[in-house]
Amino acid sequence: MNPDLTEREFEKTSPYLVGREKVREFSRAVFASSPVNFSVEAANEAGFADVVAPPSFAIVLQQLTLDQLIGAEDAGIELTHVVHGAQQFRYTRPIVAGDELTAQLSVTSIKTLGGNAMITAESAVHDIRGEHVVTAISTLVVRGDA
Amino acid sequence: MSSDEVIVHRYEVGDVVAEATYSIDRESLVRYAGASGDFNAIHYRDDVAESVGLPGVLAHGMLTMGLAVQPVVEWLRDPARVLDYQVKFTRPVVVDPVTGATIAVRAVIGQLDEAAGTGRIDLTVTVDEATVLGKAQVRVTLP
Repeated sequence: MNPDLTEREFEKTSPYLVGREKVREFSRAVFASSPVNFSVEAANEAGFADVVAPPSFAIVLQQLTLDQLIGAEDAGIELTHVVHGAQQFRYTRPIVAGDELTAQLSVTSIKTLGGNAMITAESAVHDIRGEHVVTAISTLVVRGDA
Repeated sequence: MSSDEVIVHRYEVGDVVAEATYSIDRESLVRYAGASGDFNAIHYRDDVAESVGLPGVLAHGMLTMGLAVQPVVEWLRDPARVLDYQVKFTRPVVVDPVTGATIAVRAVIGQLDEAAGTGRIDLTVTVDEATVLGKAQVRVTLP
């Protein structure tokens, strides 16, 4: 595990356009049943511009940044040794279809614990106007035999 | 009583606000893989799961996290009321090829901030009576 990752400035991901059918597909996959997740009309009535993504949808954006982290040649992280330890989302507003979102990663801490490393990866997601939407925080445990 | 004013507390710590159970099977995992883009083979191939020492094909942790908040979202009605959601993945959910797995969710008020109009909802998420998520908490604007 490369301890310098905490000082690295990762590139913003290229804009991700949230599609209406992707929101519906993701909503079905997580057993969502609120009309605002599926119906544009219901979403509009509730004050949203289009269908609303479930709270955990932000992981799709964060995954793009984790791919940068795990893919970094000098990171020293072997994917098969990575276990998802914890996850958090801090929302300013829900994600809705039509949003164009970018995510930027920072590694906020690396702790070594009995041969394993625990990485906290924080991905800040902003919309096209530069306004904050959600910050996704993943704790990854990398087993030491990597 | 010196006053006939009654303070009405709409909620109390310990109130159960939502409960639900979800039956998932291998198809649910394939569906989630496609929807999320997480194609790690331990979520659909027994041989791969076995080769890395797992007891069987596992549900994506993010599938469990994603569905566990749904009863709360339904109770809130407005998804903008979800301010913060966190979990720890403490026990893997093994999904049997024939019988699948049943995930039970119970959502209880853990803390109230009446001045701010917010609260913390604590989720107990179990499979066969064993807890699979730790510190599963949703901070919400109360409806």
